[in-house]
Amino acid sequence: MTTDDKIIKNDERAIFALRALYRQYGYSQFKMSRFEEYDLYVKNKDFLLSDEVITFTDRSGKLMALKPDVTLSIIKNSVDREGEIQKVYYNENVYRVAKGTHSFKEIMQAGLECVGDLHSYDIAEVVLLAVKSLALISKKYVLDISHMGLVAAILEESGLSHDGKAQAHACLHQKNTHELREICNAEGIADEETEKLCALVECFGSAGKVLSSISPLLTTDKEREAFTEFENLCKIIEMSGFAKAVRVDFSVGNDMKYYSGVVFKGYIEGIPASILSGGQYDRLLKKMGRKSGAIGFALYLDLLERMATTEESYDIDTVLLHDANADTLLLTQAADKLSKKGSVLISTNVPEQVKWRRLMRFSDDGRIETLEDNG
Amino acid sequence: MKTMVNVALPKGRLGEKVYDYFKKAGFECPSIEETNRKLIFENPEKGVRYFWVKPSDVAIYVERGAADIGVAGKDILLEYEPDVYELLDLNIGKCRMAVAAKKDFRDPKGTTLRVATKFANIAGNFYAEKCRDIDIIKLNGSIEIAPILGLSDVIVDIVETGTTLKENDLEVVETIVPISARLIANKSGYKFKNEEILAIRKGLEEQVRIRG
Repeated sequence: MTTDDKIIKNDERAIFALRALYRQYGYSQFKMSRFEEYDLYVKNKDFLLSDEVITFTDRSGKLMALKPDVTLSIIKNSVDREGEIQKVYYNENVYRVAKGTHSFKEIMQAGLECVGDLHSYDIAEVVLLAVKSLALISKKYVLDISHMGLVAAILEESGLSHDGKAQAHACLHQKNTHELREICNAEGIADEETEKLCALVECFGSAGKVLSSISPLLTTDKEREAFTEFENLCKIIEMSGFAKAVRVDFSVGNDMKYYSGVVFKGYIEGIPASILSGGQYDRLLKKMGRKSGAIGFALYLDLLERMATTEESYDIDTVLLHDANADTLLLTQAADKLSKKGSVLISTNVPEQVKWRRLMRFSDDGRIETLEDNG
Repeated sequence: MKTMVNVALPKGRLGEKVYDYFKKAGFECPSIEETNRKLIFENPEKGVRYFWVKPSDVAIYVERGAADIGVAGKDILLEYEPDVYELLDLNIGKCRMAVAAKKDFRDPKGTTLRVATKFANIAGNFYAEKCRDIDIIKLNGSIEIAPILGLSDVIVDIVETGTTLKENDLEVVETIVPISARLIANKSGYKFKNEEILAIRKGLEEQVRIRG
């Protein structure tokens, strides 16, 4: 392990690597202020992961918010122009209420957004950048992908009521076939349609395997159209050499209001929750009265704290004790010498709350003797 | 070395029944049956590590990845809404979440309904769907006493046989949802220990089928 590895934390390393990756593909940095007008978030409350926002009134009387999200600000600052695409990346702190608590948390988030007249290339590029982002962080990672258009078309065709569809989608999100069957039974849905929905839950794995088992079940043009779009994307992922790391899983994505096309979530072994989340959210823009399409993702870098790191056994390598009247020049020279071999803390007292490897004493004549050595 | 799957089991009678399902499904762990004060039991050959936790905490252990899978009551899943996969209904520990009140109870429609419960989220969602204005009184136990002492109009609680209700002159007014034990999985663990978790699910599914 080099000294750099010891000093740089997982999240800091990730930020540098991700920034370099996104710049390679022509993304430029989006830097935003900590505050945004509260109005922006109220109008699109459901898009936020949590609807609680820290607000305050600024000196002009405007209600402001500490940003809980970056995507909405990026969208707000983009323009609709035919044939034009805006590509930005960011790493920003956002403020949200942590689940199950009543307190706000500062979360370091990185990500990118691609907004404008989207071509299928742009969609593939963003999905591949998501995979590459995970690969930069760990060797053991998985990107689960799904297609909201396909899931929505199959739910549409099922004949379920409006509430039934929402419940069925929640079951799909939880991989819960037992309750999905109950919902279909209660609404008198044909066996064939029930099995089709259950197949969406049960199918999980390589794109080739999943898509070939789903394909024969599709009947409508809408389903086929979404399927073809998804299949083409999966082929590109495969040809880019990421077939093993990307798995099709229709449980990804639980918000049909905003997401319309591909949706994905990234996982890293050892981190209990998904670290990356994203998708194509044309519907959000439509709701905001915009013509553009958009796709992007966010990485929750605070979760990297959970990733295994080699824990240092000591806080300080050497603690050098000296008397109050020790010669400053000699002490400076001793500190320089010792610091070449590791960290050194110069102190008159044995520090409490610090775990040291070696405890040494600096005598008045400039000699250094070891008092304790923990190896 | 075999990949170890961490399993959180709910302490108590239900947990013992659940372990029996795991055992019959081929994931036994002899040390768990010995009487001792150990907290964690493992069988490396079968790739399982069990631990007992408070039933209402199982979902937390699983959601936060300390356990890859676990067994929790549907009541806990509805109340805390953990971000986990719900893989199987084990069909045991069956009961229902219900609204109960004193025998002569008539809903005071013109006023706010006072609801005593341990399950504030479930009760809140249930009445929100009915657009009924309620006042939730969060209690941690002995819920049945609330309507008797006039603390609340109704209670929302788990009803198994209904004996406690009957003995206190209470009765079920409405069933909210049937409850049973569910196999849940951590989302990340499900990706990286997929084969192992699916093998356990398959074994348990077979047990559910056999025992009808």
